[in-house]
Amino acid sequence: MSILVIAEHDNNELKIATLNTVAAAKEIGGDIDILVAGMDCETVADSASQIPGVGNVLLANKETYKNSLAENIGNLIVELSEGYSHIMAPATTNGKNFMPRVAAKLDISQISDISAVISNDTFERPIYAGNCIATVQSTDTIKAITVRTTGFDACESSGGSASINSIDNDTNAGVSSFVKEEIAESDRPELTAAEVVISGGRGMQNGDNFSLLNGIADKLGAAIGASRAAVDSGFVPNDMQVGQTGKIVAPDLYIAVGISGAIQHLAGMKDSKVIVAINKDEEAPIFSVADYGLVADLFEALPELEAKL
Amino acid sequence: MKILVPVKRVVDYNVKVRAKSDESGPDLSNAKMAINPFCEIAIEEAVRIKEAGNADEVIAVSVGDSSSQEQLRTCLALGADRAILVETEESVEPLGVAKALKEVVSKESPDLIILGKQAIDGDANQTGQMLAAMLDLPQGTFASEVEIQDGIVQVTREIDGGLQTLSLTMPAIITTDLRLNEPRYASLPNIMKAKKKPLETLSSSDLGLDLSPRQNTLKVAPPPERAAGIMVEDIEQLVDKLKNEAKVIT
Repeated sequence: MSILVIAEHDNNELKIATLNTVAAAKEIGGDIDILVAGMDCETVADSASQIPGVGNVLLANKETYKNSLAENIGNLIVELSEGYSHIMAPATTNGKNFMPRVAAKLDISQISDISAVISNDTFERPIYAGNCIATVQSTDTIKAITVRTTGFDACESSGGSASINSIDNDTNAGVSSFVKEEIAESDRPELTAAEVVISGGRGMQNGDNFSLLNGIADKLGAAIGASRAAVDSGFVPNDMQVGQTGKIVAPDLYIAVGISGAIQHLAGMKDSKVIVAINKDEEAPIFSVADYGLVADLFEALPELEAKL
Repeated sequence: MKILVPVKRVVDYNVKVRAKSDESGPDLSNAKMAINPFCEIAIEEAVRIKEAGNADEVIAVSVGDSSSQEQLRTCLALGADRAILVETEESVEPLGVAKALKEVVSKESPDLIILGKQAIDGDANQTGQMLAAMLDLPQGTFASEVEIQDGIVQVTREIDGGLQTLSLTMPAIITTDLRLNEPRYASLPNIMKAKKKPLETLSSSDLGLDLSPRQNTLKVAPPPERAAGIMVEDIEQLVDKLKNEAKVIT
């Protein structure tokens, strides 16, 4: 078994999603290499080389890979695929973007969003918004896999000493180019990596009211999320959406405020360890997954909660 | 300009699907079926591009059994000009769907192909990207905004940290995210008109394709149950429980 893990990073920092993916790779077992493709991303390669259990870090440091364009990265991974039994990436928007290209080029059927490893060819993955868990066995010789990061605890990030090998492949497809990026700046932890998440829904009524969550998030070191209803209504930006088609989170504590609990939202948070729901509608489906439910007007409950923490 | 919109028939998004008790698969008996919500957004976007004068023809295509005709008729009622069904009896993995769509693309030569980013049944999120790779075309996945000018399509994408804008040469492939548009409802006159629009059926064997699955589904089980929770009286009790019972805050 020889596994190639594609690193998730922003050219400056190795993202924790990479550690979740390496953890899944370790469950499969075998040699693990990490590909760091980007531009001026040597520090990322250094971080990757310190992950215990990693053999080689392949560093593709080129303008071609700066913005992680799927066409260019996909072709690079295809060129590097020989000799690997598994190619794995986190199921982030980035991994979801390039991995199917790799699979199609290699004529293999990708296994998306695995939540557990059963053996080197058999995996569990949620389907139907997580209402069913399918156990699937791949018959392809190479397995192309994306990993649901909440399914695997991050592996250690230091103590290893992999060698870093620069590779010179340049697979610029020349069909797409980067125009701009608007990345939200925040001092809060990343939604998918936070130990505590507090999310607001349609019940928040408008974007300004989301500030009621700030003080609580500050006290708990929490990330702030939202339901699709809140995002669609324009209260908050899309990158805050938790759900089937947004971010999948599984923090130690998830606090849902003014969220009714549609199937699609539950799909994104029901693996949280402890769930608190605050909603004025006692019939709200969110209470069916909550460990602690409170029927209350959130405009009274939130200031009180902030004061009591 | 021609736009191809591949769509999928899936269980309606309001249905809470459960695993069969023998764990052989999801229990879909009598479940309401519908067009995949992301595919509906794709059709809407294509029709809007046509209405804005930037396209001449919108073709809906589906890969599935004959019942998918129902969803193709929906597409025709929403404004697609004609439809193609690649008929297959077995369920097809995204890799196979992409292979079938590749054949349709080579027959139709569209300038733009718009798909939903994922189907809400298998949640695979693969078909658009796979098709793009097979055709060596650029892709703008998870699109929240699409702008077309002079053989270039500019796509704003919903990514983990925020938004990213890419410029793609055409032909190009776009997959839709939720915020791209709000699909219209089909009007009764348009539903009537749709019945007369052309719907062509191809069989996957005519296309000479091997669409057999590469994955065996060994079982489909319900997710682990959560233990029933409790209702608390007030914030004070909630904070006490979180501190002393759940021990998730200090």
